[in-house]
Amino acid sequence: MVGIVIVSHSEQIAEGIKTLAGQMAGANQKIIAAGGMTDGSIGTDAIRISEAVAAADSGDGVLVLVDLGSAIISTETAFELIEPEVAARVVIADAPIVEGAISAAVQASIGATLAEVKAAAEMAKAMQKL
Amino acid sequence: MSKTLFGMIQALQETISSQEAFLTELDGAIGDADHGINMNRGFEAVITKFTEEDTDIGASLKKLGMTLLSTVGGASGPLYGTAFMRAGAEAQGKETLTLEEAEVMLAAAIKGIQDRGKAVKGEKTMLDAMMPAQDALKQAVAEGLSVVEGLEKACAAANEGIEFTKTIRATKGRASYLGDRSIGHQDPGATSFTLMLETATKYLKA
Repeated sequence: MVGIVIVSHSEQIAEGIKTLAGQMAGANQKIIAAGGMTDGSIGTDAIRISEAVAAADSGDGVLVLVDLGSAIISTETAFELIEPEVAARVVIADAPIVEGAISAAVQASIGATLAEVKAAAEMAKAMQKL
Repeated sequence: MSKTLFGMIQALQETISSQEAFLTELDGAIGDADHGINMNRGFEAVITKFTEEDTDIGASLKKLGMTLLSTVGGASGPLYGTAFMRAGAEAQGKETLTLEEAEVMLAAAIKGIQDRGKAVKGEKTMLDAMMPAQDALKQAVAEGLSVVEGLEKACAAANEGIEFTKTIRATKGRASYLGDRSIGHQDPGATSFTLMLETATKYLKA
């Protein structure tokens, strides 16, 4: 099953999205929050993200949802810190973090491939709310 | 006084600490006013992880970079973190450096920052100080200058790079939202790099 990692500058945002997406996808879906810094301040931590990716991976790949700015740079740095074998099956979704995470988690929970999960997340970009 | 890697790292930490307000003020003009705060938080964490026992330059720069990754928070965390780690990878097992080795390390650091930030020269970033500094080091190596002489040339080039960042608009990072209003302000990242280079140079010269 494809794992999901949520990277936000805020620990609470990442945890909140994890809870929200987890409610839709069910308890078996791996969703790991990697928000904020270990001292509780706002920011992104490449080491925390690399640990989250390793924890989310069960061999079928990991999709990472990011908020903005340094979240992307830190995530790409994290890819350099993990095993190359795992890094080869981890991708960042070009998607809104909340809607993308929910779509991705639901897809992943029904056993979709990494490419399908990524596509589901990225479709959320075009989602009309009104 | 004998020069040690620990001594140099302490000197870097003191510089970042004493320049925290200045760096934050520069960032306040064109960014999100946290560069000094973030860098200071990073180096305060760094200093707790080193002792005089740390003499392997490669291993130490890797440790320094990893610490910045997890403590700085803003974009300068992964950028400087990657830079120090890539520089360290070129100095594994070394306890001293030639000017030529220092140039190779700076080149690797620049490459790391470019891999991360996808920036090129002239976008009002730290690269606008780093790349001229590397060119100066390369020339100093060709001229057969000493380590300190070469580093002094690099500092002069980096300072010219800072001046250059005042004349251009930002196209990367938060400052790019300001467009032409970023002109006239020097780049905080170029400034923090130059301050660190000057500190290392002064430490070796003293």
